Amino acid sequence: MSDIPNELRYCRTHEWVSSAEDGVVTVGITDHAQDQLGDLVFVELPEIGDPFEAEAECAVIESVKAASDIYCPVAGEITEVNEALMDSPELVNDDPYGDGWLFRIAITDEADLDSLLDADGYQEVLDA
Amino acid sequence: MNRKTALNALHRAHGGRMVPFADWDMPLHYGSQMEEHHAVRRYAGMFDVSHMLVIDLAGEQSRPFLQRLLANDVVRLQTAGKALYSCMLNEQGGVIDDLIVYYLQDKSFRIVVNAGCADKDLAWIKEQATPFAVAVTPRPDLALIAVQGPQAREKTLPLLPTTLAERAAPLPVFHATVQDQWCMARTGYTGEDGFEIMLPATEAPALWQALAEAGVTPCGLGARDTLRLEAGMNLYGSDMDEQCSPLESGLGWTVAWEPSARNFIGRKALETKRNAIDNKRLIGLLLEGRGVLRNHQKLFSDGIEVGEVTSGGFAPTLQRSIALARVQPNIGEACSVEIRGRQVPAKVVRPPFVRKGKICIAT
Repeated sequence: MSDIPNELRYCRTHEWVSSAEDGVVTVGITDHAQDQLGDLVFVELPEIGDPFEAEAECAVIESVKAASDIYCPVAGEITEVNEALMDSPELVNDDPYGDGWLFRIAITDEADLDSLLDADGYQEVLDA
Repeated sequence: MNRKTALNALHRAHGGRMVPFADWDMPLHYGSQMEEHHAVRRYAGMFDVSHMLVIDLAGEQSRPFLQRLLANDVVRLQTAGKALYSCMLNEQGGVIDDLIVYYLQDKSFRIVVNAGCADKDLAWIKEQATPFAVAVTPRPDLALIAVQGPQAREKTLPLLPTTLAERAAPLPVFHATVQDQWCMARTGYTGEDGFEIMLPATEAPALWQALAEAGVTPCGLGARDTLRLEAGMNLYGSDMDEQCSPLESGLGWTVAWEPSARNFIGRKALETKRNAIDNKRLIGLLLEGRGVLRNHQKLFSDGIEVGEVTSGGFAPTLQRSIALARVQPNIGEACSVEIRGRQVPAKVVRPPFVRKGKICIAT
């Protein structure tokens, strides 16, 4: 059983999104996603200031197995990226909801968060 | 329904992440491929390689048959137990499979072939054997366990029947010894010391469990691939196949040209390419920029496409990305690889990248 915290929102593509603080959310990949990918060896993050539409490709993570695209869960502008992942991509495996976060984004429209899945909804995606 | 080795239930009990591989249900890893890789470089790890097929060859003409069948020459196998790596070629000089052949005793030999090639290999070998007095016997009743790493031998020997341990302890590299249905070979596919153990499938679970209790780390196919890539060893189907000759696969050294009268299958085709100046070659690559080399990425030199990655990945020992690549002759040391539309600088190096726990290239 993978860990799916109740306080987060989720995408079908296995990203998680925190609740907004001053219009900014934190984004990462789920415990299930990191488990499926295996040991991560490389993370390519967006640049601060980059604008993205929802569901646009915005980062790449590579595991020992393969490269995977990360899709931006909501439209907005990148405000911060997790620089620690440049040297320690394994943080995503060790702590996907904590030290393994990927980037922070200023949301264009906070109402977009309502279209994301809650923990139960994401669990259903995994069970399907 | 994929085939299961004798150790399947144990893999599942150990938390193995099972994947389909060449029609078999095999463990990719048991939690962390990276940790399994390091265990083999630093201590000892074990792999279930029972999906590989053992084929025994016995009979009056087993030796002349193998001299016809294989590009390397079993004349090099004069003492019982000695092993030889060889390609098995088609008439066009393409590689049907790569294998290890062991001289067991008297007129009997044993070869071990890749799981993905087992059916076609067996059909090919039986067909080629028709004119020879040789019996071809596949041995699906045998399991194979590879124990690899600097501590592999010391951890394995105490678990063997006493007399077999006494015979296995002094084995030189690339030699094997047989007792009853057990065969201990000092061979491997990781660049580390160790044994490959062939034994009755019914006895394999007990040995696997004893090895685990002795502290040998179970390792999956994932670590097996990164270890062999660091060791600069080819993977059949990625680094060579029926469309390329050993000369273009970094395996020219395994072709025994002398004596010139030995007419091995593929020799005629290979001789026309032997001194060709336009033969492609298989080289090692070290990625200098950020990213990960992957199979089929294109290589460029001065803006011109010069080749393709045949096996790429992240090398845990080097903490860098490395690859084997097939390239045009005469390319320089500097090149670049196209990774998702970007040109990333890479350096041409001579494999192996890592052997016996030590990095062998300038990084």
